[in-house]
Amino acid sequence: MKSLFALFSGLLIATTVMAQELAPDVLVKTVTNEVLDIVRKDKEIQSGNTKKAIDLVETKLLGHFNFTRMTQLALARDWRQASPAQQKILTDEFHALLVRTYSKALTEYKNQTIDFKPFVMKAGETDVRVRTEIKQSGAGKNIELDYYLEKSGAAWKVYDIEVGGISLVTNYRDSFASEVRNNGIDGLIKSLQAKNKSGEATSVKK
Amino acid sequence: MLPARIKSAAVAIAAVGLLGGCATSGNPKDPIEGFNRAMFAFNEGLDSAIIKPVAKGYDHVLPSPIKTGVTNFFSNIEDLFIGVNNLLQGKVPEAFSDLGRVVINSTVGLLGVIDFASDAGLEKHDEDFGQTFGRWGVGNGAYVVIPVFGSRTVRDTVGLVLDVAADPVANHNPRRTRDMAIVLRLVNDRANLLPADKVVEEAALDKYSYMRDAYLQRRRNLIHDGNPPREVEANADSADPATNAEVQVSEPRADAATEAAVVVARADQASPN
Repeated sequence: MKSLFALFSGLLIATTVMAQELAPDVLVKTVTNEVLDIVRKDKEIQSGNTKKAIDLVETKLLGHFNFTRMTQLALARDWRQASPAQQKILTDEFHALLVRTYSKALTEYKNQTIDFKPFVMKAGETDVRVRTEIKQSGAGKNIELDYYLEKSGAAWKVYDIEVGGISLVTNYRDSFASEVRNNGIDGLIKSLQAKNKSGEATSVKK
Repeated sequence: MLPARIKSAAVAIAAVGLLGGCATSGNPKDPIEGFNRAMFAFNEGLDSAIIKPVAKGYDHVLPSPIKTGVTNFFSNIEDLFIGVNNLLQGKVPEAFSDLGRVVINSTVGLLGVIDFASDAGLEKHDEDFGQTFGRWGVGNGAYVVIPVFGSRTVRDTVGLVLDVAADPVANHNPRRTRDMAIVLRLVNDRANLLPADKVVEEAALDKYSYMRDAYLQRRRNLIHDGNPPREVEANADSADPATNAEVQVSEPRADAATEAAVVVARADQASPN
């Protein structure tokens, strides 16, 4: 009886560990399929309801993203200049901007399928790229969509997304740097806030 | 026809060289930002006044299978020229695959309207002369926005001159069919980009620099066929982004005209960015 219990709890621990250590490619695949299944059935998102798409992204994806790391990458050396309080605001605003952009892209979804490229990971790797490709149903070229993930603790978190080789994070580097050069960290915060405000205003109707 | 095209491109490059003197920004990748922003505004105006409305109408009126057919038709013509560029880059298997695509799609695919080759597993590639130069080791040179075509670098502008000179559509006779084909291709290409528009509007704090940096990243990715070397990470504790910029662009502060003049000569020295 005792040994059976031990075996059982052993199994339990093993499955919890497995759930936490979902391999990065499996994680990307599971979450992508889950989100697209919802978008395929949701006429409102398909007809451009960004607000609804944002809700979907917030509930399904957020836990798998490391926004602090993303913000740090986008700010590059200016990150060090920012006080912890400023870093927090910057992260929140950048987070809102990225979520809205990603959600907007979801509302443009039209029957594309996602191809998951073969993925090999060396033992002990903590920083990987999971490659996928968006296959257009009719016209248009296929688009590579790559996720960069980093192991933080037991879980893998996405810290960069590249669309056709264009990083959604580092693409902001030069414009952030020039904003900071001209108007300081607070200037950058202000322009991010203004951008997010104007985006929120249009996200419902368009 | 051909000399006229080359001449106008040469004028454009010379103009860029002249304007190279009046540097307006601290960004080493974009020494003529003032000129570029003006040209960008001009292109945006042209787009929103004429090209985009026409593309929207086209997109709205035509059923998807027709639009797919148009895209495939021009894509098939382009494959021939992609094959030539793959050959110039020494990628022989890819070049044969491109040739195979043209043969299959031009026959079974009814003059390219149906893309059977992709279904048969022959992947579509993306190559042009600018990428070929990049592969040969020619650096970017300054970033330039040119009329109608938009984002380029000095290297890619030179590439574009050759792209246009080698373009079967632009060289087609009679002229009337040629002009109609060029317009149709432009409108169709623009229509395919309509969904991306909204995403860029949503994402960009400053559309000009967003498009510039996206273009530079995209080209870097294409030259390395999707596997560019990772940039040295400029995070809070390590490298300085200014040094990264230096790594990315060889001779960033060189005068644009000089850059254009030496762009081919340097082919065997500089490393691909």
